[in-house]
Amino acid sequence: MTARTQLLDDRAIGRALVRMASEIVERCGGTADVVLVGIQRRGVELAQRLKRLIDAAEQTDLPTGKLDITLYRDDLQAIGPRPVVGETSLPDLEGRIVVIVDDVLYTGRTVRAALDEVTDFGRPRRVLLCVLVDRGGRELPIQADVIGTTVSLTATDRVDVLLSERDGRDVVELVRTPPA
Amino acid sequence: MTGLGKDLVGLEPLSADQLRLILDTAEPFKEVSERQIKKVPALRGKTIVNLFFEASTRTRISFEFAEKRLSADTVNVAASGSSVSKGETLVDTAKNLEAMRIDMVVIRHGSSGAASFLGQRIASNVINAGDGKHEHPTQGLLDMLTLRDRFKRLEGIKVAICGDVLHSRVARSNIWGLTKLGAEVGVCGPPPLLPRNIEELGVTILPRIEDAIAWADALNILRLQLERMTAGFIPSLREYNRVFGVTTERLKKAPKDLLILHPGPMNRGVEIDSDVADGEHSVILPQVTNGVAVRMAVLYLLAGGRPGPQQAAGGDEA
Repeated sequence: MTARTQLLDDRAIGRALVRMASEIVERCGGTADVVLVGIQRRGVELAQRLKRLIDAAEQTDLPTGKLDITLYRDDLQAIGPRPVVGETSLPDLEGRIVVIVDDVLYTGRTVRAALDEVTDFGRPRRVLLCVLVDRGGRELPIQADVIGTTVSLTATDRVDVLLSERDGRDVVELVRTPPA
Repeated sequence: MTGLGKDLVGLEPLSADQLRLILDTAEPFKEVSERQIKKVPALRGKTIVNLFFEASTRTRISFEFAEKRLSADTVNVAASGSSVSKGETLVDTAKNLEAMRIDMVVIRHGSSGAASFLGQRIASNVINAGDGKHEHPTQGLLDMLTLRDRFKRLEGIKVAICGDVLHSRVARSNIWGLTKLGAEVGVCGPPPLLPRNIEELGVTILPRIEDAIAWADALNILRLQLERMTAGFIPSLREYNRVFGVTTERLKKAPKDLLILHPGPMNRGVEIDSDVADGEHSVILPQVTNGVAVRMAVLYLLAGGRPGPQQAAGGDEA
């Protein structure tokens, strides 16, 4: 039997995103040359929300992009192909400050793949990583620069991020499977 | 969600879901070929042998681009200049290649069933790039992808396959694939060039090219395969063009604009006139572009070995 615990409700997610948006602007020293790139799937929606928040606060129109890292994964043999590979569409990254946005940071392998893919599209001046949930458990030396919330979980735990654009509601849940 | 299994020998053994899986997977691969760096690391470290016992330019190069754009290492073996010309059997050639630790074989062969025969005897993935008069699955798939691009669906569209259906593996792959996904298929050609009892495959026979033009949404015009014709199937090329050639004059009489496909290489002035081949309704070059995407999808899906897990909710990265 699995137990679901709520980590963030819709209002907590909203507050976290507002703080993350202003942290991005702070860390980038403004909004010049900033590009928000969401990792498929829910990173794309989060990047769109951060864009709206930053645009409203700074009167800008930040370019955004989406990245599907499926073809850059290092575990095709282990998990088999994903049935459908998502879309990748990126603006010009040359000399930009690229903010990679994802929902959960866990092993760091997705981010490793995203860095490889971004490099194939251009040479950004700087790359930042922004995640809604950092759940620990890294397998690679990778860290996030802007974090919504941090939790420390074991390998049998799972974090589900649901977003209204895709799932009808905003919630972050911890799904815990007790050891058998 | 089902995968594709070990080999792709034809479209006949595939289910409608498997066909859709390949076409849907091909979509994102189209974009990879539009990038400045046309390469993704999905098949890094995989070794693929392109074993071509028959002449081919388009298919071989298309497979090679697909392999290279997925970062696989490739070797091309042509029958002439290899030990095949010294009398080595197909299985021996393949077993020797396998002893060098390869992962996949793309094979074109003059004998129907060669790909399936090989697939049962070696552990590597086998992809059929055309076997005799049997099937040419990736050509069928790229035709389907091109039709789906233009019509946004395959269900209910009418495709007339015109010309030398008897000798055509492209025709067979098209018939299997299109009918499984709900399209209507007609065949049109001189009776000696239509296989006997072909209506048992669920296709409509269109006796004259005018009938095909009046009936269809798209024409897939086959090449007259002169190299496979041993007997006198047609009186002359001029006669064939006069009776079955797809010309602008004939297309003008069509009730609607028809999409024009041709698997290539074309015999201009025989089965298709130049102004039709280069005309605004021709998708002959988009077919070639789609060919690379479809082959990338097939290589990618076969390389994975087994189907992937579908994540219900987002969240954890693997």
